[in-house]
Amino acid sequence: MHNNDNNAAPLLEVDRLCVEFPTRRGVLTAIDGISMNIRAGEILGVVGESGAGKSLTGTAITGLLERPGRVAGGEIRFNGQRIDNLPPEQMRRLRGKQIGSIFQDPLTSLNPLYTVGRQLIETIRTHTDLTPKQARERAIEMLTEVGIPAPEHRIDQYPHQFSGGMRQRVVIALALCVNPKLVIADEPTTALDVSVQAQIISLLKNLCHEHHSAVMLVTHDMGVIAETCDRVAVMYAGRLVEIGPVQEVVKRARHPYTRGLMGSIPKLGEEVEYLTQIDGAMPRLTDIPAGCAFSPRCPYATARCREEKPELLSVGADQVACWLWDDAEPGTDPRQMFEGSKKPDGLSYKTVTAAEPVSKPILVCGEGAK
Amino acid sequence: MQRLMTFADDWHRFLDSDIFYSFRRSRITMVAAVVTLFLILAALFAPWIAPHDPFDVATLDLMNSELPPLWMEGGDPRFLLGTDSQGRDVFSSILYGLRVSLVVGFAGVLVAMVIGVGMGLLSGFMGGLTDAIIMRIADMILSFPAILVALLINGIALSFLSQEAMHESAIYVLVLAIALTSWVQYARTVRSSTMVEKSKEYVQAAQVIGLPPMLIMIRHVLPNVLGPVLVIATINLGLAVLTEAMLSFLGVGMPPTEPSLGTLIRIGNEFLFSGIWWVVIFPSITLALLVLAVNLLGDWLRDALNPKLR
Amino acid sequence: MLSFFIRRLGQSVLVMLAVALLAFSMFRFVGDPVTNMLSQDASVEEREQLRENLGLNDPLLVQFSTFVSNVVQGDFGISYRNQRAVSELIAERMPATLELVAVAFVISLLVGLPMGVYSALKPNSWLSHLFQTISLVGISLPTFVTGILLILTFSVTLNWLPAFGRGDVVELGWWSTGLLTVSGLKSLILPGIMLGLFQVTLIMRLVRAEMLEVLRTDYIRFARARGLSNRAVNFGHALKNTLMPVITIIGLQLGAMIAFAIITETVFQWPGMGFLFIQAVNFVDIPVMSAYLILVSLIFVVINMIVDMMYYLLDPRLRADRASANSH
Repeated sequence: MHNNDNNAAPLLEVDRLCVEFPTRRGVLTAIDGISMNIRAGEILGVVGESGAGKSLTGTAITGLLERPGRVAGGEIRFNGQRIDNLPPEQMRRLRGKQIGSIFQDPLTSLNPLYTVGRQLIETIRTHTDLTPKQARERAIEMLTEVGIPAPEHRIDQYPHQFSGGMRQRVVIALALCVNPKLVIADEPTTALDVSVQAQIISLLKNLCHEHHSAVMLVTHDMGVIAETCDRVAVMYAGRLVEIGPVQEVVKRARHPYTRGLMGSIPKLGEEVEYLTQIDGAMPRLTDIPAGCAFSPRCPYATARCREEKPELLSVGADQVACWLWDDAEPGTDPRQMFEGSKKPDGLSYKTVTAAEPVSKPILVCGEGAK
Repeated sequence: MQRLMTFADDWHRFLDSDIFYSFRRSRITMVAAVVTLFLILAALFAPWIAPHDPFDVATLDLMNSELPPLWMEGGDPRFLLGTDSQGRDVFSSILYGLRVSLVVGFAGVLVAMVIGVGMGLLSGFMGGLTDAIIMRIADMILSFPAILVALLINGIALSFLSQEAMHESAIYVLVLAIALTSWVQYARTVRSSTMVEKSKEYVQAAQVIGLPPMLIMIRHVLPNVLGPVLVIATINLGLAVLTEAMLSFLGVGMPPTEPSLGTLIRIGNEFLFSGIWWVVIFPSITLALLVLAVNLLGDWLRDALNPKLR
Repeated sequence: MLSFFIRRLGQSVLVMLAVALLAFSMFRFVGDPVTNMLSQDASVEEREQLRENLGLNDPLLVQFSTFVSNVVQGDFGISYRNQRAVSELIAERMPATLELVAVAFVISLLVGLPMGVYSALKPNSWLSHLFQTISLVGISLPTFVTGILLILTFSVTLNWLPAFGRGDVVELGWWSTGLLTVSGLKSLILPGIMLGLFQVTLIMRLVRAEMLEVLRTDYIRFARARGLSNRAVNFGHALKNTLMPVITIIGLQLGAMIAFAIITETVFQWPGMGFLFIQAVNFVDIPVMSAYLILVSLIFVVINMIVDMMYYLLDPRLRADRASANSH
């Protein structure tokens, strides 16, 4: 288990990172004091709703925030070295070489005017001393690795001659061609057909394993997280609400938001009448409430939640930003509250079977609960 | 009272809107607006502001000819910007010229707008052959520079009219030439908007209950295209003034008996080497200022209404 | 490739036929060609003879086809004003215009392109703001005002450069060039700047807008994420993608410059086609007007075609689409 070798220094440390966007209506804090680590070879999933700041975290790590966005606080360390304040040229050398990136939409990630090969060779030659010929061989090798048939032939083709799934394979080849230690994959399958999503994810997982690359997998697909990641970080309105080993977070969520999020995934082979739905919507960055950002939607929110911003608390193998855990009597588990608690509108969290108390939370209406 | 209230509401909403914000933030736009307003007012009240009537031959005195501007040696306090070779007050000529330039510009834009919106509605609503013909003509016009098309229209008109008749009707020919070269943009915008609207259910519903769908549509389309049409009109006002000035400068626009700024520059250009530079410089500055200010307003309006284009 | 070329050629021929029809209608229906050609005391017989010679009594369709076949052979008729063959007049004037346009075009590219690229790459630097201001002034300043200011400064006040004419020209066959003499070159400077300046602002604005757009695309962000150098991203990727659409418009501008040369030629009394045309408009010299119209249209159409071909050769997407479309 990865979370046991804590003595190994993390590959990437994000420490109280803040990202701001100054606008004419005031400064928007898009990322508000996020801390997370990624260890070498580990896959960290980052989940959350659209606009929670997942992608922005990745962008901030690669130093590609677009103006007027800026890192307003905190530190990012890579291999122990601080990188958020590196001069642009040094940061550039790090990108691609040490930190690879995979973007969401393979259709727009490749320059339409250059062949796939040229883009690969250019990347390889930027970061290594290979001759053009060697670089081309390496490029073909890479295309073979990502599973593109007849790579000697296809290397001289233009991106529009590839299908979406094939293009994302090319993008993966581009991200991995110089063996980066970390790959930031920003929703790598969202724009793809459902049928190829699984292929791309397993390709990504296997290749990164072979190349010993750690992955930060940004996604809103909980299924992908559960199958792929070692640990998972849950973001809400620019803040981290929970981070921990994937089994802990997925099966025994400690934060009410994570719990709602997990409950919203349908599972095959289970008879479920209703999926959980979290009432309301994520607040806009312009009006994030005081205290816990989730408090207006949280059925268990207390006065403290509405006033005081929760810190990350270590609970077991997990870290969670929720006052319920701070306020709980020692030895009790606040998750017991999740069982059968009533909300004003008559909705409640219920479980299907008693044998597995918290694994399949669903939201059931009053009548349906009989 | 009710109406007054909603007007006040609208006004406040406007003051709070992004458009007004961007207006206030851009100092250069504010300056442009002031300059434009100032020039329009000056043109409007030219007969009252101008110290002389430059076209009343009786008041002209050759003794006053080629006087330099007031602040130069030999300047006459009666003639702020000096006089031309016939003793005309340059300042007064500019005011009257501005008047002509603006009238032609506004009229050109207005006629272009009417033609363009009409063609766009027709094209979008009728579709098929009508649409194809109108759009091909539009393509043709657009693929040639406006100045060439305007010159041709002018040349053809000239050949039908006698010299005297041409002088009298020059202003109409100019307006027509400007309008015929600049209606295409309106037509394209209105056409696409009309085509979107046409497929909506209320049009079919109108057809079913026997209402003329064209009328119904116009009432729905026009409010939708008001914004873009206004932007095009503002941008084209600068262009129209410029086209008029070019044609007049080339000698096929306004005659010297009723000069626009372009005509004044053309006349002044003939005295370029005789040292009376003020005859050509001041009308040029006025024209450039007018076009620049209107263009700045147009640019800002386009950016404010369509931030994507920025 | 071939079918694309043929289709494109067909379109061009259609456009040219439409223009020829317009020119023919001008010739035939604007005023009476016979009255225009003969002196006022010509007898009725002379008139009838000319009508017959011009073929004005034939059916319209026959007249039109004669007109087109004459035009194709370079016969545009006789100028009403100076009784010379129009083709001769135009051949005399064409080199002057083409040299002027070429110089202005080179100036506009050499200045406009770098300005546009710079202000897209460094949108917030003071120099970019300066460029923006200059371009706004440049686009608003009527070209003839620019020309007059240039003459006032460099000819009247400083007396450095000539204010009119082409200077000494050298005859190379039928082509007279001003590029080979000092006075010819000096004469080209002011009109070249005047004609080029407007294009400079246009090209600069266009390149800037297009490049800003390209710099925001995913593939540029991805190229940065791959750690490519700024130079490779900006000039290897962004510039190439910017120039694709820009080429079209710059090509069309080349055609527009030939038309705008009318104004420059008037200001500088440049003995080119534009000057000839404006005189023709003033004297209702229809044969010269229609010949100019046809010629300028032809140049337009040819430029358009070349631009399309270049686009086709440069953009792999088009190439492949056409190839696959043709194989089906």
